[in-house]
Amino acid sequence: MSVQDGYNFAYLDEQTKRMIRRALLKAVAIPGYQVPFGSREMPLPYGWGTGGIQVTASLIGADDVLKVIDQGADDTTNAVNIRSFFRKVTGVATTEQTREATLIQTRHRIPETPLAAGQILVFQVPIPEPLRWLEPREAETRTMHALREYGVMHVKLYEDIARHGRIATTYDYPVIVNDHYLMRPSPIPKFDNPKLHRNPALMLFGAGREKRVYAVPPYTDVRSLDFDDHPFAIERWEQPCALCAATDSYLDEIILDDAGNRMFVCSDTEYCAGRQAAGHKGALAA
Amino acid sequence: MKPAIPLLQVKDLAKFYGNRVGCEQVSFNLYPGEVLCVAGESGSGKSTLLNTLAFHQRPDAGSIRYDLREEGVTDLATLPDARLRELWRTDWGFVRQNPADGLRMRVSAGANIGERLMAVGDRHYGDIRGVAKDWLQRVEIDETRLDDAPSSFSGGMRQRLQIARNLVTEPRLVFMDEPTAGLDVSVQARFLDLLRRLVAELRIAVILVTHDLAVARLLAHRLIVMRHGRIVETGLTDQLLDDPQHPYTQLLVSSVLNA
Amino acid sequence: MHEPTLLSVRHLGKHFTLHTQGGTTMPVLDEISFEVARGECLVLDGPSGAGKSTLLRCLYGNYLASSGEIQVREAGGLMRIDVAQATPQQIIELRRTTISYVSQFLRVIPRVSAIDIVAEPLQALGRDAGAARDKAAVLLARLNLPERLWHLPPATFSGGEQQRVNVARGFIAEKPIMLLDEPTASLDAANRAVVVAMIREACLRGAAVVGIFHDAEVRDAVATRRLPLSPIVAEQLAA
Repeated sequence: MSVQDGYNFAYLDEQTKRMIRRALLKAVAIPGYQVPFGSREMPLPYGWGTGGIQVTASLIGADDVLKVIDQGADDTTNAVNIRSFFRKVTGVATTEQTREATLIQTRHRIPETPLAAGQILVFQVPIPEPLRWLEPREAETRTMHALREYGVMHVKLYEDIARHGRIATTYDYPVIVNDHYLMRPSPIPKFDNPKLHRNPALMLFGAGREKRVYAVPPYTDVRSLDFDDHPFAIERWEQPCALCAATDSYLDEIILDDAGNRMFVCSDTEYCAGRQAAGHKGALAA
Repeated sequence: MKPAIPLLQVKDLAKFYGNRVGCEQVSFNLYPGEVLCVAGESGSGKSTLLNTLAFHQRPDAGSIRYDLREEGVTDLATLPDARLRELWRTDWGFVRQNPADGLRMRVSAGANIGERLMAVGDRHYGDIRGVAKDWLQRVEIDETRLDDAPSSFSGGMRQRLQIARNLVTEPRLVFMDEPTAGLDVSVQARFLDLLRRLVAELRIAVILVTHDLAVARLLAHRLIVMRHGRIVETGLTDQLLDDPQHPYTQLLVSSVLNA
Repeated sequence: MHEPTLLSVRHLGKHFTLHTQGGTTMPVLDEISFEVARGECLVLDGPSGAGKSTLLRCLYGNYLASSGEIQVREAGGLMRIDVAQATPQQIIELRRTTISYVSQFLRVIPRVSAIDIVAEPLQALGRDAGAARDKAAVLLARLNLPERLWHLPPATFSGGEQQRVNVARGFIAEKPIMLLDEPTASLDAANRAVVVAMIREACLRGAAVVGIFHDAEVRDAVATRRLPLSPIVAEQLAA
């Protein structure tokens, strides 16, 4: 184990980690409730996942196996940087395999491979407050949460339907957690919303700039807002993944050339690669 | 006609800002369907009174009792916050002088009207939209404007939209703070007539603050004249305007044309 | 023959204190007492300044009596209410059910058509809008108001046209007590005759009418009794 000299294990000092863990315990105790915490300066700018990194740093132990994804991919700049950061400051094992990981930090996706009890998923959150767009005062949004005054949230969905004929919100789609708190699930596609519901894994959310953490404990009810006559529905694609032929995963559209040719492939690179290795072949697979 | 129980009972109400008196020694009863105007010059305490009556700010003395639909007559000071806020968005309305303060300027007229319905749990988009369209017509706004934001509306339309947004839950009491003050004279008549009709039709009790005695003459059953935070005279609107007793009321009435 | 008294005025006094004029007191009525029974038309007589209009306005609750009492028998009940002491709610209720008032001038409500202005007192008594409008149309036709005007707001009407709208509004609900302040002042002979006939009919159905009429001919035609009033002069005050 080769931890960077001069730094505490996982970069943050033990008191800070303890403070964050206390906030997380509170968050787990009150599912969906935003708990303030003393967010620290991190060696990354805000917007690069400082909230998620602090949550991960406060939890990670020497035995953990860490996976980091960004938009479903293990190999983007953000994912690679965060992974190498933790390798440097903890020396823990890292993986791309969802099943092998004990701790997964994610930006904008939930892995396609079902999570298991005991796993922890850490989300990077840019804006935690779902009511902020209509109410700029923090004291007022806190009261609204306390009293479950969420009717106004439907105003936003109403606007969607009035303008687009359907609920056009496709990511960061608001949910009600445990029949009480309204929560932003971070900018995951609404395709992932059903995975929040009664998930066996512990899901933690960290917002560094906004200094908030919140949680969805294992097996918690998570319901997406909708109207009776415009029920919540996830995205569907007319074709399977061009590489692994999956029909049950979230697909990214990739432009192939200037002639407008395109392909649809799994956004979850690990899931796609795993299927291809198991012999599944899409139309454009090499 | 006069029911035994007043809708609102106000007793010795006072609100202070440090040493300055916002309003004090204010007492009156308001009956269902009654329109009460509070008149006075700026600084007379009428807006302070209105905000205190609506419990947007807590009174420093005195009591406000309201005949709640379920619980009956209740001292508002004993009402939990959650119930008070529920009252604000169901059985009460509040129409502001500047429609931009009372509307969501960037969401559609339909959503502005539908908001209260969604707040009380309506979850059928088609129904909410239908009610919104109906209310748009009732306040004489073309239904083709249903999906337009009020930022594209004229001042008169905005104020009428604010009325619709407040009345959609058929409140029994609506507070209004100088609702005509920002309107061009040419559109005031239409607004006032519309308000007069709706209030009579729905039997809504109204407490309306105005400095315009002509507005009071047209709308109010009763009038309260305020000065320096206190009621100087109160009575039947036409009696008070045609035969004012208090020196200040006489001055106020004699300073305007054709009230 | 003993018809019941509907209106009873005792020791009524009215003065105005003009605070804007240094507190000057202007006495207008002093110790006025009279009664009006069912079917009577009491005409107030006296020169200008005698307080005729002021008296009518006191009876209607528009002016606050300074002293004395004004007992009114409420329609459909045996209750008597003192207008001089009544609450605003009681006066509004009396006006809805018992007392109508035809003033010299019509107070126009923006955008409301002539026929709706006339129909309104009947609707306030609970009649449906259609029936109230039908009756309003009958009255407006009888008063020879051109039909093309019925659905227009009267703001632009001539004085005579407005007055006929006012008369129709005052008569439509057939209130037990009717106060008429110069209802024929701007009318031509033909319409004056219509109003005279309407006042007589009101008395026949049992209304108690108190009126001021500039025109001696109208006065003679409708009066069953007269109440002379004269301006209060300084000596009277001193005494």
